[in-house]
Amino acid sequence: MRRGPSWFNLVSITLGFAFLYLPIVLLVAWSFNASKLVTVWGGFSTRWYAALLQDEQLLAAAWVTVRVGLLSATIATVLGTLAAIALVRGGRFRGRTMFSGMVYAPLVMPEVIMGLALLLLFVAMGFDRGFWTVMLAHTTFTLSYVAVVVHSRLVTFDRALEEAAQDLGCTPAQSFLKVTLPNIFPAVLAGWMLAFTLSLDDLVIASFTSGPGATTLPMRIYSQVRLGVTPEINAVCTLLIAVVATGIIIFSLTQKWRTGAAARGPRQEVS
Amino acid sequence: MSRPPAPGRAGKTAKPPEAKGGGRRLNIGAVRSTFAPWNDPDAVPLVRFEGVTKRFGGQAAVDNVSLDIYPGEFFALLGPSGCGKTTLMRMLAGFETPDAGRITLAGQDLAGVPPHQRPVNMMFQSYALFPHLTVEQNIAFGLKQEGLPRGEIAARVLEMLDLVKLTPFARRRPDQLSGGQKQRVALARAVARKPKMLLLDEPLGALDKKLREETQFELMDLQVELGVTFLIVTHDQEEAMVMADRIAVMGEGRTVQVGRPEEIYETPSSRYVAEFLGDVNLFETRVETIEHPMAHLQAKDATAGFYVLDDDCPDPGSTVWLAVRPEKMRISLDPPADGARNVLAGEIWDIGYTGDWTNYIVELPGEKLVRVARANSQRFVERPIGWDDKVWVSFDPDAGVVLTS
Amino acid sequence: MTSRPRSRAVILPAIWLGVLFAFPFLLVFKLSLSDSALAMPPYAPQIDWGGGLAAIKTFFAALDFEMYARLTSDRLYLDAYLTSLKFAAGGTLIALLVGYPMAYGMARCKPATRNILLMLVILPFWTSFLIRVYAWVGILKPEGLLNVFLGLLGLDPVSLLYTPTAVQIGLVYSYLPFMVLPLYAALERMDHTLLEAAADLGSPPWRSFWQITWPLSLPGVVAGCLLCFIPMVGEFVIPDLLGGPGSLMIGRSIWMEFFANRDWPFASAVAIILLFTLVLPIVLYQRQQARALEAGR
Repeated sequence: MRRGPSWFNLVSITLGFAFLYLPIVLLVAWSFNASKLVTVWGGFSTRWYAALLQDEQLLAAAWVTVRVGLLSATIATVLGTLAAIALVRGGRFRGRTMFSGMVYAPLVMPEVIMGLALLLLFVAMGFDRGFWTVMLAHTTFTLSYVAVVVHSRLVTFDRALEEAAQDLGCTPAQSFLKVTLPNIFPAVLAGWMLAFTLSLDDLVIASFTSGPGATTLPMRIYSQVRLGVTPEINAVCTLLIAVVATGIIIFSLTQKWRTGAAARGPRQEVS
Repeated sequence: MSRPPAPGRAGKTAKPPEAKGGGRRLNIGAVRSTFAPWNDPDAVPLVRFEGVTKRFGGQAAVDNVSLDIYPGEFFALLGPSGCGKTTLMRMLAGFETPDAGRITLAGQDLAGVPPHQRPVNMMFQSYALFPHLTVEQNIAFGLKQEGLPRGEIAARVLEMLDLVKLTPFARRRPDQLSGGQKQRVALARAVARKPKMLLLDEPLGALDKKLREETQFELMDLQVELGVTFLIVTHDQEEAMVMADRIAVMGEGRTVQVGRPEEIYETPSSRYVAEFLGDVNLFETRVETIEHPMAHLQAKDATAGFYVLDDDCPDPGSTVWLAVRPEKMRISLDPPADGARNVLAGEIWDIGYTGDWTNYIVELPGEKLVRVARANSQRFVERPIGWDDKVWVSFDPDAGVVLTS
Repeated sequence: MTSRPRSRAVILPAIWLGVLFAFPFLLVFKLSLSDSALAMPPYAPQIDWGGGLAAIKTFFAALDFEMYARLTSDRLYLDAYLTSLKFAAGGTLIALLVGYPMAYGMARCKPATRNILLMLVILPFWTSFLIRVYAWVGILKPEGLLNVFLGLLGLDPVSLLYTPTAVQIGLVYSYLPFMVLPLYAALERMDHTLLEAAADLGSPPWRSFWQITWPLSLPGVVAGCLLCFIPMVGEFVIPDLLGGPGSLMIGRSIWMEFFANRDWPFASAVAIILLFTLVLPIVLYQRQQARALEAGR
């Protein structure tokens, strides 16, 4: 048996989580503060949310961000899943080290360098910077995260299941679609969500690769924030947090429900 | 174990396997029925391995193996882990490609045939049940691949569920089943497609001892009922001996000996086989003289002389090993009658009581230890053998086997 | 032994990453050897594709290391590098000191509690980085929450915003989950009976910690530290929002060269140097991950 946490453990956990969550909680609280000042509670109000709806620039930026996020997350999920499959199932092919380096390097690459490199590419190619270049850039750096998530699931996936499918008459491609994909699907979905949030969140790479008319929400927030704390931004932030939190809660609930349904099912004791 | 009386196997023709004898396994150890296609020059093997070799990173996992398996056989590949038995089976299923040699199934060369087009099915060691599908969906999986009409699939699934007695569990998912139930689903799924041959990779490995014994007999019954050729991979010698018609003992990628269980047990071809199957006492000896039908052997350390039958005994002067199974040795507190051969005096070193048997470890002169097993056929013994007792160990000349390697 | 990939899955991601990841780095490197120019794009030379082989030769002849020479001569950039390394090292150390007790405490909770806490550590990772850093502005600014709080305690107000301390706080805050997760993974995996065995053999708890828990958690410590250190060095948002003139970090100087000064070749040179600084920790990290993966099998 594991001993329970001591008072020291409890204190460090409490303080640690307070440190992690206090700023977020404050931000949410400020967004409902009628007063513009962070230190004065002017009563509960949703006026900043109402102000948001009037801010057309902000809404346009949000719309750009969502479109970039949906598209880039989807492409990144396909590419990242393929990359994970190649790494787990591909054996020791020529150029594997190079390939895995390319897949995992974006995870640790400073965003500033990624952004700069991609910008230079787009300039060299003569692309007009805007929606599409941001989308391409986001796909590139988020596909690595998808690959990591799917990779960790694939590694624990019993290869015998694929062999069993082939033994029962599936071609390798069919066995992937009918057996592997349904089983790694939660990881693929998690990868998509991660890619989407990362895209939603990215400021630096978007700033480098975006052009006129394709200002993303983080870019918009950043330009406002540099001027100081503004209540509208608090409201935007709160909404963003709410969206992400809802997504995560729905995701984990569906996972719980899936495993829970299996566990709750009638179980006959044998021997 | 009750077995319906099946028509006795007439002669040696390798005909449809359902004709296979029902009573042939009832007296294990004695001469079995006449099902022995491997002795028939006209019999056509179902599967043929010819000089098959597979290397992994320079190391030969399977080394020049040639083997014939006949229709209707229950064939076991037996060996310790890493001996290449699983690799050999996986090459037959199509998951590994031989580096050299040829595998044919019913006359068809399997080279280049992908797993999904091979008319064999495999039961995986981990069972490999699809966790996202129910029991009936698992069983139907292979049938759907064949593109059978729905009604036919449903009927076949019901038939299979009935066969493995899992009808009430049709809608369960694999993680709601016990180990034994999973094993039966895996079996049903593999045989649903009516393969020419069923491959079983350590099929009982994950079951506990009692369930394993029951399942052995279930598998044997099932094989007779389905008339499918079974190839089983196992490291458990008892499992192989109970179930198989023939066993191939493997070691370091090669087949060391192929034969019926009793052949392999009673006339092992080498020390490796003798030691792998059951317990054995080995004496390193030199052949002194041969006077048909007896050979006289002298222990290398000159502590004892032995007389054994001269079958396959090399010329005098050769070094050979004498192998004697513990249960074929006798032990007593009094010296055996005069004229008895192969009598060794020693002292009890250790006693292991297992209920049905008692194993005595006896120290002979020269610190050589031998193991003698005695069936406890009486509840009480007048003069029980105890620690440090002086005892006599003896065996008949036909109890020992002379091994040259 | 190498061979053709057994899986065709490699093709698409390899092409994508080759074009959009590997190739751009060659461009950055090439650009760092070019000269600045008052044009669009603002660098020279450019390949005149119509000029044939001779033009390509002139192009290569025009490349030089001038930008790198400028880097070493300019105190500002040297300082920015040192500042970045200093902040990253300090931030990593503080994150370790804060994160280790957290991870240790989490690993000792009941499994159900552990999973909730784990979720809580991961959750901030999913919420916007920018937003979380921005929240600290409201706390640290002179008329912010921290000073109100200090005032209530009767203490003198402090002015932390736009100071190195603020950057350090921001770094620790943002990257703490990266430290806690690998530490927790290492500590959670640890067999608790080891400590019981140590106690049984007469070791007091503090000694058991140093002789058993700490050495066994070292892979997690290394992973966590590298995972924090590497991105901290190149961090842009935190020093930009929370830092003042004294906390110019290298990520921000690339940004400034690029957007404010429009000196693309120089920005590229700075980026290349930053990349080289990080190659060692990145390789270390990948090696360690590969080893961990091997051991996990």
